[in-house]
Amino acid sequence: MIDRVINSRGFDNFDFRFIGLIFVILGVGVLSIYSVTHDQGVTFPFYAKQIVWIVLGGVAFLVMWLSDYHRIARLAYPAYAIILVLLAVVLFEGKSSRGAQRWIPMGPFAFQPSEFAKLVLILTLAHYYSKSPRVGWLQRVVLPGLLVLPGLLLILKQPDLGSGLSFLAVYAAMLLMVGMRSKALGVILLFSLMLFPFAWEMMWGSLHDYQRQRIMAFVDPAYDPGGKGYHALQSRIAIGAGELTGKGLYGGTQSQLKFLPEGHTDFVFSVFAEEWGFLGVLALLILFVALIWLSLEIVARAKDQLGALLAVGITCMLCFCVVVNIGMTAGMFPIVGIPLPLMSYGGSATIMTMASLGLLLNVKRRRLSFF
Amino acid sequence: MATAGLHDSELGELQRRLIILRVGLLLVVALLGLRLWHLQIREGPYYRDLSENNRTRSVIMEPARGLIYDRSGVLLANNVPSFTLYVSLEDVKDRDLLIDQLTNLLGLDPALVRKKLTARGSKQLPRKVKDRLTLREATLIESHRLDLPGVMVQVESQRNYPGGVTASHLLGYVGEVSPEQLEKPEFADLHQGSIVGQYGVEKFFDRLVRGQAGQKSIEVDALGHEKRTVVVEQPHAGDNLYLTIDVRLQKVAENLLGEESGAIVALDPRTGDVLALASRPGFDPNILSRELTPKQWAEIVQNERRPLTNRASQGQYPPGSVFKVMMAAAALESNTVTPSTTIHCNGGYQFGRRLYHDWKAGGHGSVDLRRALVQSCDVYFYTVGQRMGIETMASFAHMFGLGEETGIELPSERVGIVPSAAWKQKAKNEPWLPGETISASIGQGYVNVTPLQMASLIGTVANDGVTFRPRLVQAVMDRATGELQQRPTVPKRTLKLRPEILPLIKEALAGVVKEGTATRAKSALVTIAGKTGTAQTTALRTGPEKDIPKKFRDHAWFVAFAPVEAPTIAVAVLGEHMGHGGSASAPLAKELIETYVKLNLPAPAGVTDGAVVRDGDAGAQGAR
Repeated sequence: MIDRVINSRGFDNFDFRFIGLIFVILGVGVLSIYSVTHDQGVTFPFYAKQIVWIVLGGVAFLVMWLSDYHRIARLAYPAYAIILVLLAVVLFEGKSSRGAQRWIPMGPFAFQPSEFAKLVLILTLAHYYSKSPRVGWLQRVVLPGLLVLPGLLLILKQPDLGSGLSFLAVYAAMLLMVGMRSKALGVILLFSLMLFPFAWEMMWGSLHDYQRQRIMAFVDPAYDPGGKGYHALQSRIAIGAGELTGKGLYGGTQSQLKFLPEGHTDFVFSVFAEEWGFLGVLALLILFVALIWLSLEIVARAKDQLGALLAVGITCMLCFCVVVNIGMTAGMFPIVGIPLPLMSYGGSATIMTMASLGLLLNVKRRRLSFF
Repeated sequence: MATAGLHDSELGELQRRLIILRVGLLLVVALLGLRLWHLQIREGPYYRDLSENNRTRSVIMEPARGLIYDRSGVLLANNVPSFTLYVSLEDVKDRDLLIDQLTNLLGLDPALVRKKLTARGSKQLPRKVKDRLTLREATLIESHRLDLPGVMVQVESQRNYPGGVTASHLLGYVGEVSPEQLEKPEFADLHQGSIVGQYGVEKFFDRLVRGQAGQKSIEVDALGHEKRTVVVEQPHAGDNLYLTIDVRLQKVAENLLGEESGAIVALDPRTGDVLALASRPGFDPNILSRELTPKQWAEIVQNERRPLTNRASQGQYPPGSVFKVMMAAAALESNTVTPSTTIHCNGGYQFGRRLYHDWKAGGHGSVDLRRALVQSCDVYFYTVGQRMGIETMASFAHMFGLGEETGIELPSERVGIVPSAAWKQKAKNEPWLPGETISASIGQGYVNVTPLQMASLIGTVANDGVTFRPRLVQAVMDRATGELQQRPTVPKRTLKLRPEILPLIKEALAGVVKEGTATRAKSALVTIAGKTGTAQTTALRTGPEKDIPKKFRDHAWFVAFAPVEAPTIAVAVLGEHMGHGGSASAPLAKELIETYVKLNLPAPAGVTDGAVVRDGDAGAQGAR
C-alpha cells in the first residue's frame, strides 16, 4: 500500500493545512497542560507524558493514514468483538477513579477501552452500511442499533456518561447521513416519545450519585459552591475571569491555585480561556471549526460509501466532543466527562483522536490515488 | 476492490446532506461563541471579582497594645509573641470533622470550638479559636497542616504583666471582646477575637492602648494554604501609658497588707497623682488575660475574699473616727464650736433612753477640739454632731468629696454613702431618727466611704483645701509619632473654709501622731500627721478582741500626710477586720511614708527629664 501513497504528487496543501491545524491545537493543549502542572514536582509530569502520547498518537496517525481503509474496515467486526471483551474486562478488572471504573492497568499506565470503542464503532457502522444497500427501517435502524447496544450498555455500566453519549451521537449522525425514509423516522420518534418517561426513570435510577449531582449542579451551580456545583462554578469563574485578553500564561489564579479541578484533563479549555481571554478563545474556536470544516470537505470528496461514512462518523464524533466539552466548561451542558479532543491530557483519548484523524485523511488520500 | 459497497446514488445523497452538518456546526459554534462572550465580556468583571475572592483571604493583623510604665519608667505591662490559632471558614469543607481534629490535637472543648466557629460575624474574616498555643501545639498544627484546610497559626503579641500580681487592680487585665461589647458603638471597629481591656487602666484607657488592627490579604490555593501575602495594611500599635504610681512604693504598700484584706492609697496632694494604690487580695492579670473556662471563672468570682474587687476605689466602709477630720472642720466653719469650746467627756453620751459609749470607758474629761481629735474623743463629736444636725454634716461631707466619685480613671468607682434625711427617705423609705445623727457624727451608722475618698480627703486637708482629681496617667506617648503628651492635673474643688481652720486641724492631726492615738506612726525620718479610725462592723460585740471571730472584728483605718510642714504625700490605709486603727493601720502608713521619703522622688514633673513643671499646681495655688 505504501507505494501508492508516495505518488508523484506527494502531499498536497490540504494535507499540510490539516496536519498543521492538528499540531497547532495539540501545541496549545500541551502549553495549557504545562501551565497547570509545571510545578507538579515529579520527574515525569503530565505535560511530558502528553508529549509521549502525542508521539504515539503520531505513529497511530501515520498507520491509519497510510493503510487502506477498506482493509481496516474489514477488521471492524473482530475489532468490535475485542472491544466488547475489553469493556467487559474493565468492569471486573478495571481500575476505578471517582466512582467510575474505566481503565485497564497496563504497567505504569492505564488503558481506557471506551475511548477506542468510539473509533471501532464508527468503523463497524460504516462497514455495516457500506456492505450492501441497507433498506427498510429494520436494516437501517434496528440492526445497527442492536450493534451499538452492547457497547453502549457496557460503557454506561462503568459508568462513563460522556463516552456513552458519544456512542449515541455517532449512531445518530450515521443514521442521519445514510438517510431514513420518513416512515422509519416517524416510527422512531413515536417510540422515543412513548418510551421517554420510562427511559428517564431508568436512566435517573441507574445513574450514580455523582452523576445525579452533576446534573443537579447543572441546574443550579451557584447553589452550593463547595459541593456539587463546585466544578461547574469554578470553571465558569475561570473562563469569565479571563475577560477580553486573559490573565496571561501562568496568570490564571483559578487554575494555578487549584480552584479549578481537572485543569489538565476535562477542564483544559477553562485554563486556556482564563489565560488567553476571549480573543484566545475565539482563535481556538476558529482552529477547531477550520479542522472540522476540512473534515467535512473530505466527506464531501469521498469516493465511496465506506469512506464517506467513516469520514462523517469521525467528523461528527470530533465535532460532538468539542462542542459538548466547551459547552460543559462554559456551563451550557451538564458536566458529563468528555475530554476536549487534541487538548485534554489523556493517553487513550489522544491516541484514539489522532488515529481517527489519520483515518480521515486516509479517506481523502484514497480518492486522490484513484486518478 | 472498493466498488463492492459503492452505491453512487446513496453517496451523492449523503454528500448533499452535508449541508445540514455545516449549518449545524456554524450554528452551534456561534452559540458557543455567544456564551463565551457573555461569560468573558459581559460578566467578565463579575467573574474576575469572584476569582479574586477565591484566592485571597483577609487576615486581621492584631495591633500590639500600648506599653504601660510606672512614673520612673519601669515596665508594668508589655507584649510577648505567642501563637494564635485561626480558622478561615471559607476554606473549611467539613466543620464537624475540623472540630473533631482540633479537639483531638489540642484537647480543646468541642462545644467551645463550635461556639467560636459559629459566632456571628463576617465570613471573610478568620475566626480566632485559641490563643497562647504552646510551641508544641503550634508545631502539632503545622505538621498536620495538609489535613486541616483553613487552619492558620499566626504569631501575635500577647499581653504580659512582668510584675504578676503587683498593681493588678490598677492595671487590670485584657480579654477577648464579648458579644455584648461588640454591640456597643465604642467597640464598633472591632471583631470577634479582638483583645480589649476588661478591667483597670487597661479598660479605662482601652481606646488609647488598644491600637488599630491592620489587615493583610493572603493569596491561598484551593486547600487554603498560604502562597504569598498580597497587600499589607500595617496595624498601628496602641499608645504607651506612663502611670503616676511608683512601682517600688506600690510593692511596699502591697507587702504591708500582706495576706490581710484591705487597701492602701497614696496620693500626692499637690497634684492628685496616685503614688500607690494597693488592694488585697490581688490576682494575677496574666492568668485572667487568658481564656478561662467557666469553671475557672466561677472559682475566681465566687472566692469569698473577692480578689477582683479593687478595695481602694470600690470597697465601701464606715470611716469611723477618720470622719472626725471632716467633722472638726465642719464644726468650726458652721460655728458649732470655737477652738476653745470644751465639752466634758465622762465616757458616754446619753440620748433618750440610750447611752452612746466613748471608746474609752472612763472618758477623756474636759476636751477642746484639738484634744478631741488627738484623743479621738467620741463624746465631743457626739455633742458636736447633735448640735450641728445631720443636714449640716451631710453638706460638709459632700464638700469634702464624700458621696461622690473622686474621678479616678478606673472603671466602676463606688461613691459610698453620705446619709441625710432625704437620703434615708429615698433609700429606705423611713424617716431619719435623731439617734442616727449621733452615730453618723463619729463615722458610724450609714456613713460609707472608699479608701480612695479618704486619701483624697486627707490630701485636701494637707493641701490647704484644694482637691485634685486623682490622676493615674501622667503622660501618653503616641506610638506612631513618638510624641509624648503630658496629661494635665485637674484641680477639682477648693474648700470654702475660714483660713485659720485647716492649719488648726493640721496641727491637731500632727498631735495625733505625736501624742495621741497614733503614736505608733511616729517616724524619726519625717513628721507625720494623721487620724486613726476603728470602724465597727457589728453592734453586738462582747469580750476581748482576740475572742471575736475575724469576720466580726473592726476595720482599722489610718489616714495621714507628711511632711507636716509641706505635705507631699497623703495616705489612707484600710485593714479589713484588722482591729484598731492606731495599732494595726498606723504603723503601715508610717512605713509607707518612710519608704516614700527614702525614694526621694522628684517633684511632680515631666516624664522624661526631671524638670519641674508645676503648671496644674501653680494654677491651684493662685486660685487659693
